[in-house]
Amino acid sequence: MEVSFEILRFDPSRDSSPRYQTYRVEAEPNSRILDVLNTIKWEQDGTLTYRRSCAHGVCGSDAVVINGKNGLACQQLLKNYGGRTRFRIEPLPAFRVIKDLVVDMEPFFRHYERIKPYFVNEKPPPETERLQDPVDREAIDDATKCILCGACTGSCPSFWSNQQYLGPAALLKAFRFVFDTRDTATDERLKVVNDQDGLWRCHTIFNCNACCPKEIDITDAISRLKVLAVQTRL
Amino acid sequence: MIFKHDVLIIGGGLAGSRAAIEMAGSGADVAVLTKVYATRSHSCAAQGGISAALGNREEDNWLWHAFDTVKGSDYLGDQDAIEVMCHDAIRTIYELEHMGVPFSRTEEGRIDQRPFGGHTRNFGERAVRRACYAADRTGHVMLHTLVEGCIGRGVRFYHEFQVLDLVFNDGVCCGVVAYEIKTGRLHTFHARAVLLATGGYGKAFRVTSNGMANTGDGFAWPYRHGIPLEDMEFVQFHPTGIHGFGILLSEAARGEGGILRNKDGERFMERYAPTVKDLAPRDMVSRAIRTEIKEGRGFPGEYVVLDLTHLGKDHIESKLPDITSFCRIYMGIDPVEKPVPIHPTAHYAMGGVPTDIDGRVVKDAANTPVPGLWAAGEVACVSVHGANRLGTNSLLDTVVFGRRGGKSIKQTLPGLEWTPLPEDPEATVRDHIARVKAGTGELAAPIRKELGETMMNDCSVYRDEAGLTACVAKVRELRERYRSVRVSDKGDVFNTDLLEAIELGSLIDVAEGIATAALHRTESRGAHSRMDHPDRDDTNWLKHSLVWRDEDRGCRVGDKPVTITRFQPKPRSY
Repeated sequence: MEVSFEILRFDPSRDSSPRYQTYRVEAEPNSRILDVLNTIKWEQDGTLTYRRSCAHGVCGSDAVVINGKNGLACQQLLKNYGGRTRFRIEPLPAFRVIKDLVVDMEPFFRHYERIKPYFVNEKPPPETERLQDPVDREAIDDATKCILCGACTGSCPSFWSNQQYLGPAALLKAFRFVFDTRDTATDERLKVVNDQDGLWRCHTIFNCNACCPKEIDITDAISRLKVLAVQTRL
Repeated sequence: MIFKHDVLIIGGGLAGSRAAIEMAGSGADVAVLTKVYATRSHSCAAQGGISAALGNREEDNWLWHAFDTVKGSDYLGDQDAIEVMCHDAIRTIYELEHMGVPFSRTEEGRIDQRPFGGHTRNFGERAVRRACYAADRTGHVMLHTLVEGCIGRGVRFYHEFQVLDLVFNDGVCCGVVAYEIKTGRLHTFHARAVLLATGGYGKAFRVTSNGMANTGDGFAWPYRHGIPLEDMEFVQFHPTGIHGFGILLSEAARGEGGILRNKDGERFMERYAPTVKDLAPRDMVSRAIRTEIKEGRGFPGEYVVLDLTHLGKDHIESKLPDITSFCRIYMGIDPVEKPVPIHPTAHYAMGGVPTDIDGRVVKDAANTPVPGLWAAGEVACVSVHGANRLGTNSLLDTVVFGRRGGKSIKQTLPGLEWTPLPEDPEATVRDHIARVKAGTGELAAPIRKELGETMMNDCSVYRDEAGLTACVAKVRELRERYRSVRVSDKGDVFNTDLLEAIELGSLIDVAEGIATAALHRTESRGAHSRMDHPDRDDTNWLKHSLVWRDEDRGCRVGDKPVTITRFQPKPRSY
């Protein structure tokens, strides 16, 4: 099938403002959006620029906006769009564009680092593993699926309007540690997230859930952190 | 600009981040350079597990693990290194748990363990539950835990800094040249020690489970500086890649009870490995699949199927959620209801940059160290995997030898001088970039495509002299064409067009090494299966190969003895 890809392009060394460029490509219904981007880059226009690596939704490099919705270019197949042959591909919103579909993820990772995204337990460990009830392990299972692609944070209207907001991905990471029964830094993390630019900037809009490529219930995780923050009375 | 750090780690995957953790807090100034964000490293794609004889589910013993690894390697693995790895595995898993890795648990709250290919109890009696796991995203949770461990320890990361060469002065490695992707600027990083942890070269093959970043760079740099590569003929094809895509479907699927069937519905592995059946090692399963297809028992389109339908929805979705989702997304098939079409996919490099058991890169059969240079993980050949790696042993390799490499550097550092940088260390890289930007020949993409085709057709699961001879000639022809490679993007900002062209240079060098070593070894052992030499030949070939790059005359091949401690070579059946 022939598809047309209208891609928002911007090269800071040539363009004063972003522009759409349309490419026509012969592709299979089973092709990933990423396959089509690769075909354009390799056969038509080597200057088209995007991030990519694993190509099957586990590394989190290629989050972009596909027909208005954030997602991974490697996880969406052409046939998922009900026979549609016109596609519009844009960089994630709310982040500064470096070039074409590549955005500056530094603010995203700075927010992530603010929630202390590392396991803390100062007690001397036992000689073997720390025990953890499978039910307790299950509580963080969804949160450990996060690939830090940024689709959620880039979909959040609260983040669009205020980029000091930690954003759903960083809050989900906080959840992953706070609700890990082995981790002991709950209070420090709650202090970071219990802030008007933290948990309370989430207005349960659910955009994050709608676009998460790993189908994580991020809004629920944030809500449970809110409950805990209130109960803990920091 | 010139940056200065005591230690540079190239690659932020499991081996690199584990090495960094080892050195953090030691007073050494350590920096990690990675061409992607560290959490995007391909370690994240490892699914099924990491083995250690914890015995949480049933009796186990690290010596059984060592035996399985030796037998899996078709007796080519160095047994001193294998003993180190399998013995240290137990401590390693507890350490990972203490660092926070969210392993799946047993009812008693211990780390759960599942069966995996080639892992047996009591020296081959039957399959054993040895693989510790976190559902089917074990690599992903390990990578996040270790990268986050680095963040917590204040390790300096240079994300999206792509190393393009090592810097040597008088035989001593004293730094790297890196390309800052965002700006296109070249930088020299001066160091007292450099550790390569750059992963594999799967992109040399048309069908692969590897990511786009796996372009063999870390093999090519030392190789171009006169250091040989070891056992390059041994390329692992994972039996169960999703048909058409090559995306990995974990061996855990068979560990959890999945069965391979041909078009007649027959469980064909019963004929090839009567004891362990579908849990035979990967080289045997890949060969069996290719044989079934070749003899007309595959489906049209050249595949067989992986059948999970008897396992039940709950079991599949709880133990194998990621691969269930891959099947649904990419094939439109629900593995709960229908068998999944699969075929072998290029997966893992058993060979690589030769090292000793402390990660020191060595440059000859006498194991003479290269001063200043270490390597760990897939890019390194210790050798613990020999001619065929067992599933789960790659994750184990990354953390055991990443840690040992880090420890070795930490111990060596006080006695290491700052070797002065040579004059204009960026010259070679700068010239290469200028040449590519000025190129008027073909684009990189068609050359890369032909490379992938020739490696897939003539240097994959089954090989023979005619095919390999043609393959070597083809790779050399591609190198000639590559000399005038052209790019469309001449800019400085995020120029992935240029970087893809430069990475193709790595793939070509590595592919030539693989094909030459494969042509040289006239026997069948592990993943190297020669149709014209179908038997293992311990008299002439129980030895590692070393291949040196020689652009004018073709590669030079030599050898190196195998270390045997406890387990004498025996015929390999399962």
